[in-house]
Amino acid sequence: MLRFLARRVTLTIPVLLGVATLVFSLIHLIPGDPAQAMLGEAAPQADVAALRSQLGLDRPLLEQYADFLSGLIRGDLGTSLRTRTSVTAQIVERLPATFELALAAMLVAMAFAVPLGIAAAAWRGTFIDHAAMAVAMAGMAIPNFWLGPLLAIVFAVELGWLPVSGRGGIDHLVLPALSLGLALAAMLARMTRASLLEELREPYVRAARARGISRSRAVIVHAFRNSLIPVVTILGLQFGAVLTGAVITETIFSWPGIGRLLIQSIGFRDYPLVQGCILLIAMTYVAVNLFTDLAYGLLDPRIRYQ
Amino acid sequence: MTRAGAAIVCLTLLAAVIGPAIAGVDPAFQNLPLRLEGPSLSHWFGLDELGRDILARLLAGARISLLVGAVVVGISATVGTLLGSIAGYYGGIVDDVVSRVSDILMAFPGLLLAIAVVAVLGPSLTNVVLALALIGWVGYARLVRGQVLRVRELEYVQAARALGATTPRILARHIVPATLPALIVQATLGMGGAILAEASLSFLGLGVQPPTPSWGTMLNYGRSHLLDAPHLTIFPGLAIAVLVLGFNFLGDGLRDALDPTMSESRRG
Repeated sequence: MLRFLARRVTLTIPVLLGVATLVFSLIHLIPGDPAQAMLGEAAPQADVAALRSQLGLDRPLLEQYADFLSGLIRGDLGTSLRTRTSVTAQIVERLPATFELALAAMLVAMAFAVPLGIAAAAWRGTFIDHAAMAVAMAGMAIPNFWLGPLLAIVFAVELGWLPVSGRGGIDHLVLPALSLGLALAAMLARMTRASLLEELREPYVRAARARGISRSRAVIVHAFRNSLIPVVTILGLQFGAVLTGAVITETIFSWPGIGRLLIQSIGFRDYPLVQGCILLIAMTYVAVNLFTDLAYGLLDPRIRYQ
Repeated sequence: MTRAGAAIVCLTLLAAVIGPAIAGVDPAFQNLPLRLEGPSLSHWFGLDELGRDILARLLAGARISLLVGAVVVGISATVGTLLGSIAGYYGGIVDDVVSRVSDILMAFPGLLLAIAVVAVLGPSLTNVVLALALIGWVGYARLVRGQVLRVRELEYVQAARALGATTPRILARHIVPATLPALIVQATLGMGGAILAEASLSFLGLGVQPPTPSWGTMLNYGRSHLLDAPHLTIFPGLAIAVLVLGFNFLGDGLRDALDPTMSESRRG
């Protein structure tokens, strides 16, 4: 297990370095002078030169890159152009809100996907199966930037049951979590169905049935638990999709997370903050993928020896 | 479902090609006194915040969505096939470079890299296509690489090699055609993904810029009128969902038809 752990962690290091390099080079992709682009065409040349110096753009590229990496290791992502405060501090302040939303969305996804997937597999080929899978297909096609406003129209505007925006108690979390989690639920429902069908074909399920165990007990107690392993893995791997979806959902519901911070910083051309948000989201994604991989290796010994 | 998907895609294509001509309304024409008017007999889907006909704008927007989808999928599939087949066939350092670059690009979840690229290059239709193609080729390269690794050891490829066929000829005539079924399925599903991605970027204000009609931009502007004119939000979202559903149905159906093993495992 230790060798597996060491190998997976070692493989992640070049990916993280590549991600950091790509994010570093983003600012150099800006057409023309990045400092001029950030301050606007009308900015005085003295201000542009000062910003260029502040960002280190007047120094050789390699020196800038080395500075960027050493800052990254120390957890220093630079200074926001607009607020003049630390990018790291701003991101850390917003992080709990994004994680809260992402976790709630994943709970929503599991809550909808598991019963739908079980029903489809248990009644395979029937109307229930077709209806459940049609709902899942539709769920995958509905964009969360449409679902969000629709949910707001019905539950916040028409019925007045839930608040339309902002972060507060549980009631503030319901609509954003539903908007973000339902598309994932659709995909997971298909996955649960396929995984459960595979388990139901295994000899141990047939043996359980032969011993007189009821069909529902065979499905729920025996097959379902094993079918959950790939489903949970996919859920972990989909964390990235949830984080990207959060960028849109946070914008719709004015949720004060990293996604909203990213879009706001793009609007203000605050590129150090843009870089920080992109870097943090990508690195979180890589870390979650690594943990999912390690957890899967822990659960299934065959993975460790591949 | 495959037929339903094909019908949706064909109807949208037809609507995009001839729709704006037969609609008889200029999608840019502003009828300000009637702004935000709901659906009626004269304006089936109502009017937007500037009094423009929503149906006419949806038809014009269909062109943008399909165009972005086709160009992004075209570029991504071409670049991905080229790099994937070279990496899979030659192996070694070429394979390592392509695989490591794709690993790094895959480390960015979904649209995030596209958002970053458009943020620095500036919002425009061209930059959206560039950004989506930048992340889009990876999926095709991985798919083709895997297929090439499988096909390159088959007897007919070894026979072609023994007969003295050049590497480009082996790749073009014997290996890439064998990957086509999987590529067609990926491209069909990719169309839906690219359309959704363009709409997402436009919704965030990072995609197609006004006055060009785009479904995502229409949804973005509809957000300010959720209370007084929900039809601004309902119709563009419905158009996106139905078209993406159409491509997903078609892609799933093609996968079942072209890959019987996949079809069996999906049926259980």
